[in-house]
Amino acid sequence: MADIALQRRRRIAPALGTALQIGLPAATLIAMLAVIFWIRPSAMSYFGFGLLFKFAVPLMFAALAQMLVIMLGDIDLSIGSFVGFVTCVTALYLNEAPLLAVTILAAGIAVYAGVGLLIHVRQLPSIIVTLGMSFIWLGAAVTLMPGPGGAAPRWLVAFMSWKPPLVPLPVLIALVTAFVGHLVITRFSYGAVLRGAGANPRAVERAGWSVLTIRCGVYAAAGALACLAGLTLTGLTTSGDPNVAPAYTLLGVGAVILGGGAFTGGIVSPVGTVIGALTLALAGSLLSFLQVPPTWQIGAQGAILFLVLAGRVLFSEHRS
Amino acid sequence: MSLRLAPWSYGFLVALVMWGATIAYSGVGSAIPTLSSALVFAAFSVVVGTGQMLVIASGPGNIDLSMPSVLTLAAYASMSVMAGSDAMVLPGLLLAVTVGAVAGMLNYLAITALHLPPIIATLAWSFVFQSFAFNLGGEATLKPPAALSDFTLWSIGGIRVLPMAVMGLTLLAVLVLKHGVGGRQLLAIGQSERAARLAGIPVGRVRLVAYTLCGISAGFAGFLLSGFSGGAALNMGDTYLLESIAVVVLGGTSVAGGRANAIGIWGAALFFNLMATMLNTFQMQAGIRFLLTGALIILIVAIVPRPKAG
Repeated sequence: MADIALQRRRRIAPALGTALQIGLPAATLIAMLAVIFWIRPSAMSYFGFGLLFKFAVPLMFAALAQMLVIMLGDIDLSIGSFVGFVTCVTALYLNEAPLLAVTILAAGIAVYAGVGLLIHVRQLPSIIVTLGMSFIWLGAAVTLMPGPGGAAPRWLVAFMSWKPPLVPLPVLIALVTAFVGHLVITRFSYGAVLRGAGANPRAVERAGWSVLTIRCGVYAAAGALACLAGLTLTGLTTSGDPNVAPAYTLLGVGAVILGGGAFTGGIVSPVGTVIGALTLALAGSLLSFLQVPPTWQIGAQGAILFLVLAGRVLFSEHRS
Repeated sequence: MSLRLAPWSYGFLVALVMWGATIAYSGVGSAIPTLSSALVFAAFSVVVGTGQMLVIASGPGNIDLSMPSVLTLAAYASMSVMAGSDAMVLPGLLLAVTVGAVAGMLNYLAITALHLPPIIATLAWSFVFQSFAFNLGGEATLKPPAALSDFTLWSIGGIRVLPMAVMGLTLLAVLVLKHGVGGRQLLAIGQSERAARLAGIPVGRVRLVAYTLCGISAGFAGFLLSGFSGGAALNMGDTYLLESIAVVVLGGTSVAGGRANAIGIWGAALFFNLMATMLNTFQMQAGIRFLLTGALIILIVAIVPRPKAG
């Protein structure tokens, strides 16, 4: 009897939790869209959606990269400058010397794995190691390319302006990424091990998994996602710039937390993170539609962040 | 006694090496000017870093990401009030400090009232403060009063006053952390919030003071910096976001909280500024400087021995 009751509670409580975690940012996103469409009904079209969410694509990948690191209970302060580095490599080499570009990017991913290794072996605080890495990526990018320049390969630009039937590309990418992320992190049994490595590394270690391997692998995956962020960003801006994306580091953290993640490790939601990134990206457009003066827009973005997170606190307090 | 050095001494050591390298390259005559200018620039990092240290020491996860925008906002606010007049320097200072204090309190309020992780709460506030600075800074660039500029450049008998004054602040921080009740309470909270609570320490109040002091130090740094660099600028705080964290951690303060080292911040701040000087005299590019900064941060953090975590 008790077992059954326990099982049922176990099944219901997390379901409610996830529904709240993802429901709130999703509701915010829908409310924001509603306001935009109310002001400008013409935005409610294939073209309008594509335009509104165009720059959400790289932010989404950067946020997912951050999510993987936060899942392990760490934080990555270097994603923004790594994305900048990737745009430089892409714009400089991907066209003329694709092999070299791919090698450099692969090396970048390997460095990410190495960072994970260093953090794990020496038990270092990730915040300070990745802080150091952010200087290193910025330095590497500035050495390659002191200012904005280069040219994105034509196929990359073509891909980012591709118009698939029915669903605009940014929305399509968001749906696919959220679905794949949900499968891998939330659904697959190995995903539970990954989350466990953040929540209770000792238990995962006892169960026979190597947390060291997991940390290296997850950091490498974060690096790969950050590469995707850099590639898609280069496709949109058509050039490289070392200083293009420092904001991605903290906006990514914001998206993860908006999407129901927590810094304690093990608690993240890929679907929530994608929605969080879309929300943050849309906040800018919403504020221009509302004709908020540009100087106040960034402040209003802070206010939106507070509002959504305050809502989460309110709901979770009612629940307990 | 083995050859193990205290964690905070590494910054001084590296700084010394860089000073030596600069002297070796450009002659003995450059020794004093190099050091004295590095001390002045380091003083600003130390003011910001000391505030950040108080917050970081107050427990794991505590950090203030709004320092750069508070610094900029306070600089603009005080510049507007002073409007270049020497008579208004004191009100300007008061305003800068008040702006910082209010910002710090708002930060802590958001953390407790909304149960937000400090990273997110201070990040969201930093957006808001930045907006305020944008709106104040929309006007023409304001010149600092001559008295303030003179003070930041003032030297008695060849010794710059500003770094000396900041050293006084560091000394005060050391004393308070070591012997003051507030300082002891802060470190106790950082070590174990639960134990501190059970011991009757008003955890919330002590953290509130830590965040407020952190805001004040950002405001004060903004005030001094705008006098030193001839006015406020919208990006004047940007470099202090990462630097404030880096100098604190390299200075021997634990990111897990509970251990603070105010003197070590000087070592790390000198290391940053002497390295910039050294690479400038070697005529290295900015990229190399970033690379070296990052590599040294990681190296120092990786090799410095840490006490075993319990």
